Amino acid sequence: MFNKILIANRGEIACRVIKTARKMGILTVAVYSEADKSALHVELADEAVLIGPPPSTQSYLVSERIVQACKDTGADAVHPGYGFLSENAAFAELLALEGINFIGPKTHAIQMMGDKITSKKLAMEAGVNTIPGHTEVIENTDHAVHIARDVGYPVMLKASAGGGGKGMRIAWNDDECRDGFERATNEARSSFGDDRVFIEKFIEQPRHIEIQIIADSHGNVVYLGERECSTQRRNQKVLEECPSPFLDTVTRRTMGEQAVTLAKAVDYQSAGTVEFIVDAQRNFYFLEMNTRLQVEHPVTELVTGTDLVELMIRVADGEQLPLTQADVKLKGWAIEARVYAEDPFRNFLPSTGRLARFMPPAESELVRVDTGVCEGGEVSMYYDPMIAKVITYGASRDQAIAHMRTALDAFYIRGVSHNIGFLTALMKHPRFVEGRLSTNFIAEEYPKGFSAADIPHDDPALLVTVSAAIHRSYMDRAARISGQMRGLERRVEDEWVVFMNGEYHPVVAHPVPGGHDVVYKDEVFAVRSDWRFGQSLFRGTLNGADVCVQVERRYLEYRLFHSGSQVDVLMLTPRMGELHKLMPVKAPPDLSRYLISPMPGLLTEVAVTPGEEIRAGETLAVIEAMKMENVLYAERDGVIAKVMAKVGDSLTVDQPIIEFE
Amino acid sequence: MHDIIEELDKKRRAAHLGGGQKRIDTQHKRGKLTARERIEVLLDPGTFEEWDMFVEHRCTDFGMADKKVPGDGVVTGYGTINGRIVFVYSQDFTVFGGSLSEAHAEKICKVMDHAIKVGAPVIGLNDSGGARIQEGVASLAGYADVFQRNVMASGVIPQISVIMGPCAGGAVYSPAITDFIFMVKDTSYMFVTGPEVVKTVTHEDVTQEQLGGAMTHSITSGVADWAFDNDMQALMAVRRFMNFLPANNREQSPIRPTPDPAERTEPSLDTLVPTNPNQPYDIKELLFKVLDDHEFVELKPDYAKNIIIGVGRMEGSTVGIVANQPLVLAGCLDIKSSLKAARFVRFCDAFNIPIITFVDVPGFMPGTDQEYNGIIKHGAKLLYAYAEATVPKVTVITRKAYGGAYDVMSSKHLRGDANFAWPTAEIAVMGSKGAVEIIFRQEIRDAELIGEHTEVYRTKFSNPFIAGSRGFIDDVIMPRDTRTRICRSLNMLRNKQLENPWRKHGNIPL
Repeated sequence: MFNKILIANRGEIACRVIKTARKMGILTVAVYSEADKSALHVELADEAVLIGPPPSTQSYLVSERIVQACKDTGADAVHPGYGFLSENAAFAELLALEGINFIGPKTHAIQMMGDKITSKKLAMEAGVNTIPGHTEVIENTDHAVHIARDVGYPVMLKASAGGGGKGMRIAWNDDECRDGFERATNEARSSFGDDRVFIEKFIEQPRHIEIQIIADSHGNVVYLGERECSTQRRNQKVLEECPSPFLDTVTRRTMGEQAVTLAKAVDYQSAGTVEFIVDAQRNFYFLEMNTRLQVEHPVTELVTGTDLVELMIRVADGEQLPLTQADVKLKGWAIEARVYAEDPFRNFLPSTGRLARFMPPAESELVRVDTGVCEGGEVSMYYDPMIAKVITYGASRDQAIAHMRTALDAFYIRGVSHNIGFLTALMKHPRFVEGRLSTNFIAEEYPKGFSAADIPHDDPALLVTVSAAIHRSYMDRAARISGQMRGLERRVEDEWVVFMNGEYHPVVAHPVPGGHDVVYKDEVFAVRSDWRFGQSLFRGTLNGADVCVQVERRYLEYRLFHSGSQVDVLMLTPRMGELHKLMPVKAPPDLSRYLISPMPGLLTEVAVTPGEEIRAGETLAVIEAMKMENVLYAERDGVIAKVMAKVGDSLTVDQPIIEFE
Repeated sequence: MHDIIEELDKKRRAAHLGGGQKRIDTQHKRGKLTARERIEVLLDPGTFEEWDMFVEHRCTDFGMADKKVPGDGVVTGYGTINGRIVFVYSQDFTVFGGSLSEAHAEKICKVMDHAIKVGAPVIGLNDSGGARIQEGVASLAGYADVFQRNVMASGVIPQISVIMGPCAGGAVYSPAITDFIFMVKDTSYMFVTGPEVVKTVTHEDVTQEQLGGAMTHSITSGVADWAFDNDMQALMAVRRFMNFLPANNREQSPIRPTPDPAERTEPSLDTLVPTNPNQPYDIKELLFKVLDDHEFVELKPDYAKNIIIGVGRMEGSTVGIVANQPLVLAGCLDIKSSLKAARFVRFCDAFNIPIITFVDVPGFMPGTDQEYNGIIKHGAKLLYAYAEATVPKVTVITRKAYGGAYDVMSSKHLRGDANFAWPTAEIAVMGSKGAVEIIFRQEIRDAELIGEHTEVYRTKFSNPFIAGSRGFIDDVIMPRDTRTRICRSLNMLRNKQLENPWRKHGNIPL
């Protein structure tokens, strides 16, 4: 077995590989850029080597530096993780030359699969389903119809030189095909100066389903079930699960067998993933093969009971696979949610900065968290904004979803924006719950982006009763202050009014051993928790069911986070509740008329002047934050009414910079 | 007897009705609570003891003789906030516009006198059109009587003003002398002269809100400590804030038990200070992570944001926090921030509240604007305040402590009791580059040489060791241990005794 493994990666995957290596008694070497000096993977590894400045092109992507690090530390094998050098044949070659083991497939397999055309040809030859189509130039309209009939409607007519949807037409019959061909040809000519058009089968309601395979150097290949990765946003996977709620046994087996065939065709050795696109009739077509460990590999691990990294290490060391196809059983259900540092409410703009608070949910048999950051860490602009993966397991899909919702409730992140609310919204979305997925799921359900209105809280009674318990604990503690007047010592009353979302909810909160009994709308809710003021998570039970609410004390309100939504709660005595109704409702200032600073920083440029007409996409201002220039663009056409800040001002987040007319 | 009780009932009913239902409705329509409703919100339920409900004005001019309302436009008395006694006066805008008559002033003076005598805070809820013009100079005398008591009470008992309506002309000077001013947005304003006079004299067109609204005073002038959306919030905030204050200058601040252990370490603080010395960070994260239960109540949050002041607790006891904020103007000291911090330091010192100072200061703000407006004198106020303070003083230097600003920020030299530095601390006369450009002025053209010198200067001073070798800091501590070390120091200092020489009073550079 290897003595020492160098992990040529960073973040959660580096930490993930280190964990398994440690379990196997193998020493680990981390590599890091200057931006990652105090990163978690550096801390976890037995040794760490600095390999260059922050940009990955000068550090994590420089093969020579990695090889040098291996030599310096005496590492005899390299695990590349995913991304970076993981599918770089030249890197694998270089390691081979230096006599260092590459924990991945052999160079030729990487090469063959790395080329889309070669891999597709290879797949066709191996008898793997590929998307029917015609890659040769189409001569005229009649020829187009002929081909379209061959392929079978619906078809897609695509400009050879095309991109970005230009010159693309979908045809459902001969007439549409004729018409579409003419138009596509014209569009292609005017847009690209190249009127070549080709035809391909159009896949309706496509799903992205992939097969995990693992192969050793003795010719054994097994498939470890599939992963459904259809829940994507702009081609970026958000949720993955194993098994797929869509496949039947036969399809699964056929897909698995084709994947194995393909792997054998390139003498594949290591873990790999064969990606398929699946249509509504469960026809599946080969897309490409990823010759590395995938981000979403944990769902497969939980359902098949394997450790893919361990298997990769063992087969790289020449061992035989310890399992045969017959041993592979899919048991239960696993879902993975990717936690990104991004702001779902600002069009998923990546968010960088310091993780002032970072408390992932507790791990258990049902919850796994793979992360590469810790509290006090930095989310840097140089790398992928994925900061953690939450993977939950359940006997059924519904259970896995339920566990995911609880886990997301407990995931406490402050300092950078994150997509926990968005993930929770997806977990509650009927289409997801029912498994009616396609790669267009998110685009179809959130056509205008994501907003707070997409995550209304579905259980006000929970928020009301938990607020009451929280406030009662807080007040009971406050009442223990020293220096009270004799005879007028503070006695905390049971009756309170919870003011939330503009509504008054009278409650009676009575302390009982282990928590509170809260009467709300003539019903008694047993709220049990050992929460104390200052703790960020209110964990406990509500009528026996687990509940986890994130609590922040604002100036006067409590800000609660639960089930993806955020609510501010003001606790009033009954008399105050009456008087509060006299208070004017002050609408928050309408910020849509303003350009708002998305982050704290220094205003270094204002590109417009009052009265100026602007078009969507034009530069309005530049903010320097953390030595980075952030350009703010106009979201729509308009006229500048007023510039409200001047160059050199230090801006706070949400500070208005420009007012529009 | 029966008649008297009936009469009493009648008078009470009249007093409770103040200026009458119509005026009460108008008050409500404006989004304001009445004087009595405000007291209900402010005090623990059922604890208000009212005094002088039957006081009436003595004016007979201008037809005032038959216009009398029991209480005369101000509700006074005492009650409790979380069981702790406070004296209150609440001006009633529905009665003669809350205007201050001789009798009205006497009622206020009475509660103030008692508050001083028994050593309890005074909270004034201001909502008054100004002087009772019908009474002429008697009303003015009333104001002065209140001012005099404000001054006598200053530093003896905490005085809080809540501005919940107009407060104009001479009336502003009572709140101005008190320790803290809370304001309500849109319904309160304070100014010495109103928009009409301003227009006549300076031809400026300005609204009441612009001239003296809550936003103006909490952001621009710094007169107010907080601005709140409505009456209810302002009063709830006072309740919360009072929990931190001692009843008077002879008492220690109240203790509220906490389960938060003094030994709590915060590993994430080790990475709070960025490696790049020019990169800002939010000092508030440190405050929240160091204080009990992550609870910090900031004062003047929107004014001179380059310094942060506020209160929190350590092991249950109140502490005052002063911290440079590197996020704003690099945390430098300027006129506004010096004034903001100086007054707070003196408040803490007056009321036995230990002061914890977090230092990351690159120096004083340069420029004509600062010099012309007297940064010398204003900066000196902060220096003076720290130097004369005898309460326990704990200082933690997180990063920069440059030049005169280092001295000012609760340094050892100003009788700092426990002065700590993080390993990232740089205690020097100025930044390395600036220092080298002065020391090696002749070689300034030789960038390479200057670079070398800068590096030498940096390695020599960009650390806490020189200051440590002189005993100017007591220890270098790991950021994660900050809470523990501060708690320990405060316990060590619990019985600190330090007195300044007798004098009538010092001569702070006002």
